[in-house]
Amino acid sequence: MKKLYDNEMNLEFLSKSCNESFARIAVAAFASQLDPTIEELSDIKTSISEVVTNSIIHAYDSDDEIIKIHCKIKDNMIIIEVSDTGKGIEDIEQARKPLYTSKAELERSGMGFTIMENFMDEVKIESIVGIGTKVTLKKVIKEECEDIT
Amino acid sequence: MDIDFIEEDKLLVLKITEEIDHHTTDRMRRLADYEIQRYSPRKVVFDFSGTSFMDSAGIGLIIGRYKMASMIGAKVEIKNVKENIRRIFEMTGILKIIPIIGEEDSCEEVI
Repeated sequence: MKKLYDNEMNLEFLSKSCNESFARIAVAAFASQLDPTIEELSDIKTSISEVVTNSIIHAYDSDDEIIKIHCKIKDNMIIIEVSDTGKGIEDIEQARKPLYTSKAELERSGMGFTIMENFMDEVKIESIVGIGTKVTLKKVIKEECEDIT
Repeated sequence: MDIDFIEEDKLLVLKITEEIDHHTTDRMRRLADYEIQRYSPRKVVFDFSGTSFMDSAGIGLIIGRYKMASMIGAKVEIKNVKENIRRIFEMTGILKIIPIIGEEDSCEEVI
């Protein structure tokens, strides 16, 4: 039977803030098999950092909950699904807006989703209040490395 | 974070020496606030030469310190920003109030 994806990887870790760097580095290491440019790799790392931080800060009140990342590769595209079983997002449109934050007291800039949308090719947010949130990020890694400058 | 205060210019240089995310900004924020209050500088410069990663937590960190510095009449500038970090600053528009100064060419490093 033909597999749907060329490669897959699962990560599961606790909602501790020290895992933000672990998550972005692990996903970047998995993505590196597509031979991305340093810029593309940096885009992925930053986006993962944003989405994992969202789960840690917004979805959960404690640091012993589970965050899951499922990465898939199909041709030259990487698909990254980050899910939590936390509070969920009431108003997704509002959450996507630049500079909107519900945690101004934590000096959050409200730029998380804006950064993801700029750095990834597709950002899909699915959320049910009281059940959890899944964010799907897609990025096509270009064949040739051109105009890095 | 490395701290350097130049007395004659009342210049406080805060050199960031680790990756900037939600986890690391907490400590940096407390340290920067403490140093700003201690020295009452005329200018605060964040030197990014010791870091190669920043997510949106860094924006909050810099804007927060800008607000604090403004209260005591100090300016805030940033320098030695690598290309990936510069793109995040540009996206947010904060470079209009907090300029990047004294560009050292960081493009070659990235390639």
